[in-house]
Amino acid sequence: MPLLEIKDLHARVAAPGGRDILKGVNLSIQASEVHAIMGKNGSGKSTLAQVLAGRETYEVTQGSVQYDGKDLLELSAEERAREGVFLAFQYPVEIPGVSTDYFLKAAVNAARIHRGEPEMDAVSFLKLIREKMALLKMDPSFMKRAINEGFSGGEKKRNEIFQMAVCDPRLALMDETDSGLDIDALKVVASGANSLRGPGRAILVVTHYQRLLNYIVPDYVHVMLDGRIAKSGDKNLAMELEERGYDWVERQVAAGV
Amino acid sequence: MKMTQLARGKSVEQSQAEAGAEQPWLETLRRAGAARFARVGYPQRTDENWRLTNVSAIARMNFVPATPEISDEATELARQASFGADAVAELVFVNGHFAESLSRVVKLPRGATVETIAQMRASDGAVLSPNLGQVADIEDSPFIALNTGSFEDGAVLHVGRSVQIEKPIHLLFVSTKDGVEPTRSFPRVLVVAEDNCEFTLVESFVGGRGVHLTNSVTEITAGKDCRINYNRLQRGGDEAFAMAALTARLGRGSRFVSHAATLGGKMTRNELKVAMAGEGADATINGVVILSGDQHCDNQTLLDHAAPHCPSHELYKHVLDGKSTCVFKGKILVRPGAQKTDSKQTSKSLLLSDDARMNSQPALEIYADDVKCTHGSTTGPVDEEMVFYLRSRGVGMVAARHLLTYAFAADVTRRIKVEPVRRRLEDFLAAQHGLPRDLRITDLGAHDEKAR
Repeated sequence: MPLLEIKDLHARVAAPGGRDILKGVNLSIQASEVHAIMGKNGSGKSTLAQVLAGRETYEVTQGSVQYDGKDLLELSAEERAREGVFLAFQYPVEIPGVSTDYFLKAAVNAARIHRGEPEMDAVSFLKLIREKMALLKMDPSFMKRAINEGFSGGEKKRNEIFQMAVCDPRLALMDETDSGLDIDALKVVASGANSLRGPGRAILVVTHYQRLLNYIVPDYVHVMLDGRIAKSGDKNLAMELEERGYDWVERQVAAGV
Repeated sequence: MKMTQLARGKSVEQSQAEAGAEQPWLETLRRAGAARFARVGYPQRTDENWRLTNVSAIARMNFVPATPEISDEATELARQASFGADAVAELVFVNGHFAESLSRVVKLPRGATVETIAQMRASDGAVLSPNLGQVADIEDSPFIALNTGSFEDGAVLHVGRSVQIEKPIHLLFVSTKDGVEPTRSFPRVLVVAEDNCEFTLVESFVGGRGVHLTNSVTEITAGKDCRINYNRLQRGGDEAFAMAALTARLGRGSRFVSHAATLGGKMTRNELKVAMAGEGADATINGVVILSGDQHCDNQTLLDHAAPHCPSHELYKHVLDGKSTCVFKGKILVRPGAQKTDSKQTSKSLLLSDDARMNSQPALEIYADDVKCTHGSTTGPVDEEMVFYLRSRGVGMVAARHLLTYAFAADVTRRIKVEPVRRRLEDFLAAQHGLPRDLRITDLGAHDEKAR
């Protein structure tokens, strides 16, 4: 059974007269697989990641999402997180006044309580944090700073992957993690993500450019077009997109190939 | 007349007869205050400065002076608010009367004294007479006039030239209703800071059950190059009226940092005026207001730039729940000649309910041409983007909102350098918003850059 099974998913902006964005997405991801969704701006790829994470600014109008045998769409955003879904944001929010360590401790323990496990003690938490900080080459002072406050774009993205490593998700959704990263930061972030690859965990990478996929090499690549997955393939599809652009897929779809 | 209602009970003349002969200067001051109040009376809503705070309930009330007796409730409130060994000295006043048994009066470092007005009046007028009523102008506000005409006791802090006091001096004013009638009290504080001194002063105002009015006036006069860390913690009871004024005048190069917190209270009005009278004086005035139910708070601040090269910073944050209402009026006045003024004012408000109301009004009055003045004001509900971010990591919806509310206020509380004040604020916030009491998300070290 796949870890994530999306069938005919339709979603629109949750507002009167809201635009339809997802128009019948079908996607099946096994645990241990890494999938990439590529597409032009406005194709719906980021919306898909947000809908899977439970953002209520989008309304699902049709279709189903099964995650680990559960109806994902029935769960609130926080329940999904506690069940092991993690969204690394395209635009991480700055939250003045809440330190990263307090926040992460709350996040880790919310999941543990959900699973019926005891809360993590301070020593174990610190050990976990140090290990993951080293992985992402982060300055330990980050932990005492307010979440993302005054961080550069690259630092914010690094912080997302650091949090992902700490939260240890089963389904990691990376929404345009590469945007705004220089090549060094990209490598660090990619190696952080790669360290999470393994049995039992699926990663869905949403990206506009092929560049990130040189470092996080996907098992499958999907092209999203106007709210649907228009084409799927392996990592070579990403290369082809890089060379030939997205118009080529559009023409193919229009021609009914 | 309103005045006669207030003065029912013990008259100024009777008090004087009991306390021994009043010095002529003090009598003159009191009479001037009383006369001013008799002339202007309680402020009306037609007065632009009082448009949004209706004190007719106070005007109608039959307030009587409180007796010097200390109730069990007052003792308990004082105990909870006490700083214990965290303060170098702690003077407690219950309903305006000095409560010696609850106070901890110790000798301050040589060159500094803290006494009650009554004590100082008896011993030495050298500090009191040239300074009392000099900075707090009875024409500024009817409630300054009322206090000046009515105060019975209070505190005088005198810090001599180059004296440094490390631990805070704590003045604690407890107001309760004793007996059947609503009670009123008129705390009065004078601070005289001589050149190059440094100290921390905390004024706590704590209100108990029942209807009472606390009409307080604090005046601070600072010489050259003083460093004053001032803190005000108001925690009003549900039926408490607080009409407060703080006026500070800073000499050349003096630095004044104020943090004022208003937690609850039926109706609170704070008038805070800092006059930068000497070149290079520097004022930071920050505040936090936490209201719920039908509570009302009105903060009126004035940064008065009367000399060149003076920076001033102001940050006020308001958290409003229920049907509470709040006013922030921040005025920056740059007088002619106050060139190179650099003033920044920010007011931010978080509305936790649809029924809460905030009125934020910046006011700039600038009569010099080479100055930098900025102001900004935001009012809105909890940021849903932030809520979703926290939820997407597993933090529950309610907890996320509470955490963000706490963090919003913590932007001010984290700047407070006096640990017992900061701790009380954090505990209050944590308790009110269902967070664990051990939550400490403020971190002084990491914020020193911004926290000035």
